[in-house]
Amino acid sequence: MHNEHIIPTDHATAAEVFLQDEERANWHDKALWFIREKRDVATKQIPDWELLRETASQIKQNVLGNLDNYLEQFEQNALQNGIKVHWAADAAEHNQIVLNIIQQHGIQKLVKSKSMLTEECHLNDYLLENGIDVIDTDLGERVVQLAKEPPSHIVLPCIHKRKEEVGELFHIHLGTEKGASDPAYLTEAARQHLREKFLTSDLAITGVNFAIAETGGFVVCTNEGNADMGAHLAKVHIACMGIEKIIPKAENLGVFLRLLARSATGQPITTYSSHFHRPAKGQEMHLVLVDNGRSVQLGRKDFYNSLKCIRCGACINTCPVYRRSGGHSYHYAISGPIGAILAPNMDMRKNADLPFASTLCGSCTNVCPVKIDIHNQLYKWRQVLGEEGYVPATKKQSMKAMGSLLANPTLYRIAGKSGRTMMRLLPGLANNKAMNPWAKQRDMPAPPKESFRDWYLKNKKQHD
Amino acid sequence: MTSREKILNQVRQNKPVAIPLPQNITFATVTEPERLPAFVKSFTSAGGVVSIVPDFTTIGQELQVLFDQPERVMNTIPAVGYGLAPTDAIAQGHILANLEVAVVTGSLGVAENGAIWVSVENIPTRVLPFICEHLVLVLPQSKIVGTMHEAYAILPKSFPDYGVFIAGPSRTADIEQSLVIGAHGPKRAHVFILENE
Repeated sequence: MHNEHIIPTDHATAAEVFLQDEERANWHDKALWFIREKRDVATKQIPDWELLRETASQIKQNVLGNLDNYLEQFEQNALQNGIKVHWAADAAEHNQIVLNIIQQHGIQKLVKSKSMLTEECHLNDYLLENGIDVIDTDLGERVVQLAKEPPSHIVLPCIHKRKEEVGELFHIHLGTEKGASDPAYLTEAARQHLREKFLTSDLAITGVNFAIAETGGFVVCTNEGNADMGAHLAKVHIACMGIEKIIPKAENLGVFLRLLARSATGQPITTYSSHFHRPAKGQEMHLVLVDNGRSVQLGRKDFYNSLKCIRCGACINTCPVYRRSGGHSYHYAISGPIGAILAPNMDMRKNADLPFASTLCGSCTNVCPVKIDIHNQLYKWRQVLGEEGYVPATKKQSMKAMGSLLANPTLYRIAGKSGRTMMRLLPGLANNKAMNPWAKQRDMPAPPKESFRDWYLKNKKQHD
Repeated sequence: MTSREKILNQVRQNKPVAIPLPQNITFATVTEPERLPAFVKSFTSAGGVVSIVPDFTTIGQELQVLFDQPERVMNTIPAVGYGLAPTDAIAQGHILANLEVAVVTGSLGVAENGAIWVSVENIPTRVLPFICEHLVLVLPQSKIVGTMHEAYAILPKSFPDYGVFIAGPSRTADIEQSLVIGAHGPKRAHVFILENE
């Protein structure tokens, strides 16, 4: 499933499959736009929203410029707090560290709350191969786990699933009534099923939203309460985080917690914002700091801004391409615009198609709570991937032809005129779905009789 | 070279130019007279219930009406006077698996989002406010601040071993974006705001 050498189906092809079910594609589009609208309402209630975004972006800039110092400060304080700190250079080392802790305690079964980092590292597959039973406890994550799928969205893991499909999965795995699809009924079934898992698991894995250098503690945000149910009932708690999740001071949480949930779902704050500083009596607390390509991205001057991301998913909800192609089309743990600028850093060959899965409309950049210039980075990745030879030949050739055309005014005018004539005389050519991929889901507009330039010159004469 | 050194070296080598940490920025707040109504609005929009009461005794009386079996109520606030009081720290939270009600002190409330700070210092075990079916929080009106910035300015610099902002009952909207109250934590969150404390 995660063979490193296989080039996955490219985004455009996967999107085409997604779009074959038009009714579902429209529903998916609307579901995400609904969340985007809730985000808008929430942000409008904060008079200094823009100041918050700017401040958050600057705090993150400060963090990235001092990341080594903050990591050391955090480690020192966390150790003093009695938290065991581990360092993992890559996904494999992260997985190995987690497995070691599990095996040291002779544990066979564990509960896990949402952590995109562990998705990035494919921890579940690794633990399963080593005979460990992992139970995802976030409702959406449990649904995709039962369906043997990866999450399709970082905040809403099963946003691509209809309630009838969830009902069928729960009928098979949890024994709910056949045909039942009421979300309240299904949620109650999951609650009972997972409560038993919480009560019988000796180890819990959670993600980390923010780790505070100054205090050596970390914050985990959920709406369901699953991170807390897991961590507090287990003898061992392992929290896994990317090294960019550090913030300097506790007071910075004021800025980030105000932005996070409003940007993500339009809530003013998640139901639970849990601050872990020291293990409970008789409990063991581990924290794994993971690099996995982040320190490389830090050195890419056009792309290091992507490390400011707080994983709210706002860019995903607003993206017209994501909404109409679905998270799985991105074949990377983090989908949507932010995933498309993180993924090429990990593997340019495998992820060369992702920066092209965008119209560059800039909506992602407009909603980003830490002001990452996402659409600029998508554009810049295209250049880098082209230079490095990872762009498909057909795309490269047509772009090259377009490039010389746009750079030469005379050529542009000639091409424009012949293009308009062609479209009038042979409209089938521009609308030919096989020859022009743009026309696949669209009809080309009727060509105008004259170009803007001709019109302007004519009208200018009249008015002179 | 250990992974720790390897990571730190690479970060040192690759990190961008540092800028100073933004300091002393003033954000708009919720004015004092607006705090209580704003808090009530936030907490109820999140699916919670709010009662404003004059004193602790009234809370006990109201709980008696809501939950008629005092042995199913774990009350950590003696002045409330209803339910069973935990005598010691609870080593294994598992024993609370069937607990109906927990009554817990909230030491700080935030008007802009309805979040209430619960510190481990005020509960006998960390899982208590999560494992109960109904969570009852008691919050003095005087402890409501405007925004999260003010909240962090008040919270102690040396954080408690564990503390959590709770903003309503547990919830999920993972199935087709339909909001369902009562995911893994309490199905009901009820805050009693004490007017005169």
